[in-house]
Amino acid sequence: MENFIISMIIAATPLLLAAIGELVTERSGVLNLGIEGMMLMGAVVAFAVANSTGSTPLAIIAGAGAGAAMALIFSVIALSLLANQPATGLALTIFGIGASGLIGQGFVGIALEPLSKLSIPYLSDSTALGRILLSHDVMVYMALALAAGVAWFLYKTRPGLALRAVGDNHDSGHALGYNVIAIRYLATMFGGACAGLGGAYLSLAYTPMWAENMTAGRGWIALALVVFATWRPGRVVAGAYLFAAVTQLQFYGQDWGLPVPSQFLAMAPYVATIVALVIISRDVNLTKANAPACIGKPFRAER
Amino acid sequence: MTGPGHADAGPGTPLFEARDIVKKFGEFAANQDVGLVIQPGEKHALLGENGAGKSTLVKMMYGVMQPTSGEFFWNGARTVIHKPAEARDLGIGMVFQHFSVFDALTVVENIALALAPEPMKALSQRIEQVSESYGLAIDPRRAVHTLSVGEKQRVEIIRCLLQHPKLLIMDEPTSVLTPQETRVLFETLDKLAAEGCSILYISHKLEEVKALCDAATILRLGRVVAHCDPKAETARSMAEMMVGDEIAWVEKEGAAAETGPVRLMVDRLNLPAASEFGISLIDLSLEVRGGEVVGIAGVAGEGQSELMEALTGEVLSDRAEVILIDGEAMGRVGPTPRRLAGAAFVPEERNGHAAVGELTLPGNIILAHHAAEQVATRSWIDFGKADGWAKRVREAFDVRAGAENPTAGSLSGGNLQKFIVGREILREPGVLVVSQPTWGVDAGAAAVIRRALIDLAGRGSAVLVISQDLEEIFSICDKIAVIHHGRLSREHPAAEMTPEKVGLLMGGAHPEASEIPAGEVA
Amino acid sequence: MIVLEPRSQPSRILAVLSPVIAIGLTLLAGGILMALMGKPPLEALWIYFFQPFGELWMWITLPEGEREMWLYIPSEVIVKAIPLALIGAGLAVCFRANVWNIGAAGQYTMGAIIGGWFALSAPEGVSGIWLAPYLIAGVLGGMAWAAIPAFLRVRFNANEILVSLMLTYVAGYLLDWLVRGPFKDPLGFGFPQSEDFQDAFIMPVLVEGTRLHLGVVLAIIATVALWVMMGRTMKGFEVRVIGAAPRAGAFAGFSRDRTIWFVLLLSGGLAGLAGAIEVSATVQQLQPQISAEYGFVAIIVAFLGRLNPLGALFGAVILAISYIGGENAQILLKLPKAVTGVFQGMLLFFLLGCDTLIRYRIRLMRPTRG
Repeated sequence: MENFIISMIIAATPLLLAAIGELVTERSGVLNLGIEGMMLMGAVVAFAVANSTGSTPLAIIAGAGAGAAMALIFSVIALSLLANQPATGLALTIFGIGASGLIGQGFVGIALEPLSKLSIPYLSDSTALGRILLSHDVMVYMALALAAGVAWFLYKTRPGLALRAVGDNHDSGHALGYNVIAIRYLATMFGGACAGLGGAYLSLAYTPMWAENMTAGRGWIALALVVFATWRPGRVVAGAYLFAAVTQLQFYGQDWGLPVPSQFLAMAPYVATIVALVIISRDVNLTKANAPACIGKPFRAER
Repeated sequence: MTGPGHADAGPGTPLFEARDIVKKFGEFAANQDVGLVIQPGEKHALLGENGAGKSTLVKMMYGVMQPTSGEFFWNGARTVIHKPAEARDLGIGMVFQHFSVFDALTVVENIALALAPEPMKALSQRIEQVSESYGLAIDPRRAVHTLSVGEKQRVEIIRCLLQHPKLLIMDEPTSVLTPQETRVLFETLDKLAAEGCSILYISHKLEEVKALCDAATILRLGRVVAHCDPKAETARSMAEMMVGDEIAWVEKEGAAAETGPVRLMVDRLNLPAASEFGISLIDLSLEVRGGEVVGIAGVAGEGQSELMEALTGEVLSDRAEVILIDGEAMGRVGPTPRRLAGAAFVPEERNGHAAVGELTLPGNIILAHHAAEQVATRSWIDFGKADGWAKRVREAFDVRAGAENPTAGSLSGGNLQKFIVGREILREPGVLVVSQPTWGVDAGAAAVIRRALIDLAGRGSAVLVISQDLEEIFSICDKIAVIHHGRLSREHPAAEMTPEKVGLLMGGAHPEASEIPAGEVA
Repeated sequence: MIVLEPRSQPSRILAVLSPVIAIGLTLLAGGILMALMGKPPLEALWIYFFQPFGELWMWITLPEGEREMWLYIPSEVIVKAIPLALIGAGLAVCFRANVWNIGAAGQYTMGAIIGGWFALSAPEGVSGIWLAPYLIAGVLGGMAWAAIPAFLRVRFNANEILVSLMLTYVAGYLLDWLVRGPFKDPLGFGFPQSEDFQDAFIMPVLVEGTRLHLGVVLAIIATVALWVMMGRTMKGFEVRVIGAAPRAGAFAGFSRDRTIWFVLLLSGGLAGLAGAIEVSATVQQLQPQISAEYGFVAIIVAFLGRLNPLGALFGAVILAISYIGGENAQILLKLPKAVTGVFQGMLLFFLLGCDTLIRYRIRLMRPTRG
């Protein structure tokens, strides 16, 4: 059970990172479906940098940078050129899968040292609670800190208020003098950086190696997570852990003697995502009250 | 580049001046050589019909847009206003026509976004102080989406007042207020002007302008055509300056001719709100006879959209007999059977509801007439028929477009509205329901539309008009009812009603009262 | 700085030119990419995009045996284009309704599974007419899988993008389980694959010596039928209106829910048909990898064809070329398969960017000076 919880926390980290970033993006009114592509680029670039330089911090930064760069491409096309946002996000995913596969072909099969884990003498390994809470690598804690930071930013700072306002009514925001496009660019690139971090975690810590398409749909699950959490940071954390728990069933199910073929256990997270979406979406009022009103709508300033 | 400052601000220097302002969007000139002079403490009206360029001018004054050429002067010094924050620094405040509020945020948060950073608590207190001293009651902690339209406007105004403006621009402020609320607003504005703040007041309600303002500048088609003193003019003379020639005042010729049987009846319609943002319709009953025009007055957001959807059939009622069209129970069927029964509808939103902007005009004929006029037989579309229809509507209603086969979205508001209304009227429907028939439409098109509605009734049809424009209601309706919080008052003959009485009902006096208490007419 | 100015009317010329410009830009970007990877750019582009046409001229012997005719049949391109066109045309209709069926790959897989189940359960030695129910089974499989997002959207307002996408992964795992379990070929040496289909369930080849099969007829019928439907019938009109302005659709008396069902079942059915056809035409058995990614690439096909079913034919040919070119480049230039994905992604990006020109004019404006 203890191992289950530990692996659940680890599995939740990439989801949490990607989802919290997308939450910020969507709160500003932008729907970026390209999370898979951004995560994969983050994963491959982080791996490549770690492999060539041996420096983990550099790799993490590079992963975030790759995700942000992809988000920049999205922003130019969807925000400045006013292209259809769902379609642009799909293009980003397809491009990201291909580009990451291309960059990564030289790295298949190479193994890396996984990220070092926290190790406080006595606390980290003697008690179950200590192992559960205090024996993780830096990115696990980073993800939680990021979620807390996002919550503080959105609800306690002026720029965060402006971001929420722009997602609610971009015309009003513009009329008051806020640069809607600039705010959205920043929010989207932040979301990209977070997705890149999520991908980097996969290739640096989760399974420290690179394989094509290794995100296996996590980006899409992260999208569903944001909806499921009704765009609130606290709920994103809870949801990420929930989904991770379901994902881990695949591995622990057999240990626990569940008489189900492995493929069906593998389906579990995807089915769970559908169920979660249905639960949250059926209350139309809930989504209406919480979804950023301008999400996905292109904005053009009259000058 | 000179910043804001005080050059020779001697006596007689205007607070604000605009000189030779030009604003072009591509080929189209929204403002051409516009000049405007506002004195300190003056209440100055900016008049013109829809499309004359008023909103464009004030947006430039507030820094939301930049002029193509021309200059602004503040207290005699040349100034460039790059963005709203600079306008606010100068002392210009703006209350927008389509409010710039954020529904999802609270009042404090909304106001904070327009000001320099300060702690929320202190801001809340300042809001309460200002709201009390100017008689604009509002609770800072409420979420804006829970506010009524009038209350939302107060948030806009308080937002401006907190910055101690020297010039307050108001764009069509009373289009969403009851007559009583308007009175309160005017008191506030008088107080401000007495304190030295100038007001730039945009409105098409000429009687109000006469009551409030000291000076007026009139725009037509982007140019200044006159300056005048509203107190010395009549509403009609100002309207003629706005439009440029003798207007065809549309008025009913005396009382309605004999009315026929009831053609549209709504019998105790009860419709729960679809979401927490909507209005429930409660025990709503009305009847419209052939030959008469019945008007439903009310400020925005009192249930008009919900009523319209129930009438078109986009939303079904709980019983079939709730809605009777020429005697047939239609409450449980959709728009197509209702059209086949001889009803026609014009909803409030032109682009996106009554018409599809991306489709051509024949396409929009198909939209409404596919069943009722055999423009499509079962599956196949008869494009020839659709084209023919579109042509007839364009000719009969003088619909002007820039191209041979334009998309609906490329038509101006007035022309699109003429097309949509004409599309329905040419069917000679027995029952016609229209919502906001001339909103945002120039005076010429408005006259055409109102005339067509009156004539349709004259031919025996039942016409129901839902409108927020009291002047319009009084000019074309035989009977008037008022909708408030989803309830409908009794229908009163128009001759017995005055704007004040309607205003009371709009504000919520008991809708069942058959007599308006005599003492309350102000 | 760059400013977008709305046109008074969408530009007709650019609506047609935009895909062409996008293709051109992709070639340019592709060339640069090749150069960066150390491959000769022009040669690489030739191999990717032009050679597939070149090597497909062939001699045909007419039945009489007397005369030989030189006929140009780019058969390989057409074979690859068939599933892309089928799925792409269906998606074009679906996207027009503003319903985003991103899970066509899953519907393709289910079509292959249900069709395959039918073929594998059929008695020995049946006649060729049994191909028809096989294909219908494929259609039904795809429709059933698309019915799930349709139902969940209409009933619970669940986002169809995510539901259909999740189901793609589910379908993939289902196929994997089937070919390792219930469908596994007992004589297959333990490999995860089903038995071979018998002859009746193999797509008949139309032209001797090529792989060009009956599917091309089905693809052409489907795309033309959909094109007529969209342009000339009330159904097509309803789809367009619901997509462009749902409130206007309600005003017209159209049912948004029924339209959602219709377009999802339609695109799902076509995707399922494509799956059944492809399995029958290429590998004639079920196995874990059945090219379900056609379901994703078909999204690009639909956009390239301007969301017009007939345009999907054009888009399908273009993307088929990129596939074949990719295979050639793998062999000749030692380039990885992933490059094809990069090209395809870039193409969609450029296309979306170029589409802006249809609705807006681009102007360079000097920033306002004081």
